[in-house]
Amino acid sequence: MAEEILNISNLHVSVEGTEIIKGLSLTINKGEVHALMGRNGSGKSTLANALMGHPAYSIDSGEITYNGQPIEELEVFERARAGMFLSFQYPSVLPGVKVGTFLKKSIEAVRGEPVKQREFRNQLKAAMQLLDMDRTFLSRYVNDGFSGGEKKRLEILQLVLLQPRLAMLDETDSGLDIDALKIVSKGINQVVPHAGCLVITHYQRLLEHVKADYVHVLIDGKIVKSGGPDLAHKLEEKGYDWLEVKNEV
Amino acid sequence: MSDEARDIVGDYRFGFHDEDNSIIRFDNGLSEQVVRDISAIKNEPEWMTDIRVKAYHHFVEREMPKWGNPGILNDIDFEAITYFLRSTDSTQGDWKDVPEDIQNTFDKVGLREAENTWLGGITAQYDSEAVYHSIREDLESQGVIFLDMDSGLREHPELVKKYFGKVVPHSDNKFAALNTAVWSGGSFLYIPKGVHVEMPVQAYFRINAENMGQFERTLILADEGSSVHYIEGCTAPSYTSTALHSAVVELIAMDGAKIRYSTIQNWSNNVLNLVTKRAHAMKNSTVEWIDSNIGSGLTMKYPAILLRGEGAHAEVVSVAYAGENQHQDTGAKVHHLAANTTSNIVSKSISKDGGRSTYRGLLQVTPKAHNCRSKIVCDALILDEDSRSDTYPTMEIGNSSADLEHEASVSKVSGDQLFYLMSRGFNEQEAMGLIVNGFFEPFTRELPSDYAVEMNKLLNIKMEGSIG
Ligand SMILES: Nc1ncnc2c1ncn2[C@@H]1O[C@H](COP(=O)(O)OP(=O)(O)OP(=O)(O)O)[C@@H](O)[C@H]1O
Ligand SMILES: [Mg+2]
Repeated sequence: MAEEILNISNLHVSVEGTEIIKGLSLTINKGEVHALMGRNGSGKSTLANALMGHPAYSIDSGEITYNGQPIEELEVFERARAGMFLSFQYPSVLPGVKVGTFLKKSIEAVRGEPVKQREFRNQLKAAMQLLDMDRTFLSRYVNDGFSGGEKKRLEILQLVLLQPRLAMLDETDSGLDIDALKIVSKGINQVVPHAGCLVITHYQRLLEHVKADYVHVLIDGKIVKSGGPDLAHKLEEKGYDWLEVKNEV
Repeated sequence: MSDEARDIVGDYRFGFHDEDNSIIRFDNGLSEQVVRDISAIKNEPEWMTDIRVKAYHHFVEREMPKWGNPGILNDIDFEAITYFLRSTDSTQGDWKDVPEDIQNTFDKVGLREAENTWLGGITAQYDSEAVYHSIREDLESQGVIFLDMDSGLREHPELVKKYFGKVVPHSDNKFAALNTAVWSGGSFLYIPKGVHVEMPVQAYFRINAENMGQFERTLILADEGSSVHYIEGCTAPSYTSTALHSAVVELIAMDGAKIRYSTIQNWSNNVLNLVTKRAHAMKNSTVEWIDSNIGSGLTMKYPAILLRGEGAHAEVVSVAYAGENQHQDTGAKVHHLAANTTSNIVSKSISKDGGRSTYRGLLQVTPKAHNCRSKIVCDALILDEDSRSDTYPTMEIGNSSADLEHEASVSKVSGDQLFYLMSRGFNEQEAMGLIVNGFFEPFTRELPSDYAVEMNKLLNIKMEGSIG
């Protein structure tokens, strides 16, 4: 039987008094990949940020359960420690914080116990090999002076190392070249069997490498259509207009 | 620990004190007689007594600085300070001969472990004088002289007489005059021509007694083509009454020499830290002040470098942390007096819980100092609404061939950074700790790795204060 990881029902989210998510429902089970598509400004990142607990996004009504438990009371770091992960559309720069140090501390924070240096080194080596990343990354500062693609690759490195139960990937494919897209997809696919995945994207391209079980279209804060991978193809061809019209009828 | 003690000590780990077992302790207060008594007790040559007495009179006449924090300065009661306290008969070369509580103190502050693993020599000063001293034999056999300043004067009077007060004259400022009058302890370090001291040497200054005034005097001479890294650390017990730390440090880097001077200043908040540090850099030499001010209630310190010879280079990397009831008034002064000299100044400050940090800098390029280059970067991080940061850069540029860059920024921790870190499992305090460690990284990366780790821990403890 499917193991439910995330359940959202009739969710309303507002930012600075403006409602952005307007009644959204979605269930994600373990091992499933859900692609979320939609125009710029439709509320995709808002949903991801609200799920992760960003204080600027207020949940006005509706329910979110993670592993069957409501998460409303959990702080951001508690959600992370419970296995939720967000790959940021715009990851923050952390001047002076070395990637290597950051990764180790982050694993320790999430697991709630110290990690042996040797174990960490082995995991890191394997993950960096998988993602074809150079060791020199480790002594750079987190996202400081990183190219767009490098930032995304570092997000996926964290995804692979932290082994979340719920992975939310916000436009991880944007800004990646063709080879990088393939490599990053390898990282995502390694996590998929053990997690529920919400993949926010504008392009069908990513779904050639990461097999989506469902594709949802978000328009004006609501999922207006859900389907299989074909839906992504159709959107690529036809855009969003046809859905909007139908929605109004 | 009682609640009252906890209130005073707070998160400060080094606030404990040993019982006062001093063998000589002067009555509080300052006079010409006190100055003469200090000199007499040390059996000093007459010329040194004369310098002291002259400096004392200058101190009495000299007015208080009008910058920094005049409110606190004008409140100093010089009669409530102890000017000399001797804890042991002599400076020991074996820890076994040092009183046990003093041994333990230097154990607790981590000095003894560092001595055993990676330092070339140490001097441990406890109140007015050094209680322990060591130097590796290989350094001694190369002619390196590393002594506490009192021994330096006894054993090398000609060198001391030649250079004492030549970089920082007693008339420089009120506190330089005070130090010259009542100085005791500090380091005397001489590196012969061409000798490179690979392992850092360290002095540790510990204040133990209440109302103590610690006035160490340090002189470092790096002869032609030599190099050395000197580290100083300091801590003090937390008392409710004021202690005064007023040091003078003089460095001379001869042609082609390199001196790096690193400071980890972590006094308790009842210590006023009013220090004059200055270096002369001769032809093609390099002087680096790697300076941190984490503790003390008020610090006023502006490490200076006079670039006197062509091709000399100055480097000042300083960080300051101003928490509750702290004012860090720090900066750097670089004087380009010769052509083709270069300088690089990086200053970083953090203000939190109502703390106040001030950057006060001077960059001077004289008319005949052609083709000089200087870069100054000042970054301030303010962690809450109650805290404050000010920058007072002064530039006196005497010729147009100078290539100057100056950047200054004041920032706050962004909500996005915090959210990013918290989404990676860090609670707010841990996230702030990481951001603060990162902010100070340009400083910590210059420290030997053990001290960098210590420094980060220290900052994390400081961050625990008010959050959550
Ligand atoms: N922190 C915020 N403050 C103010 N407005 C916000 C904030 N976050 C989102 N919004 C607004 O909410 C709406 C939805 O933004 P969101 O970032 O969720 O869109 P998106 O679907 O992720 O778009 P894109 O495809 O461009 O990434 C936009 O109008 C945006 O300006
Ligand atoms: Mg978005």
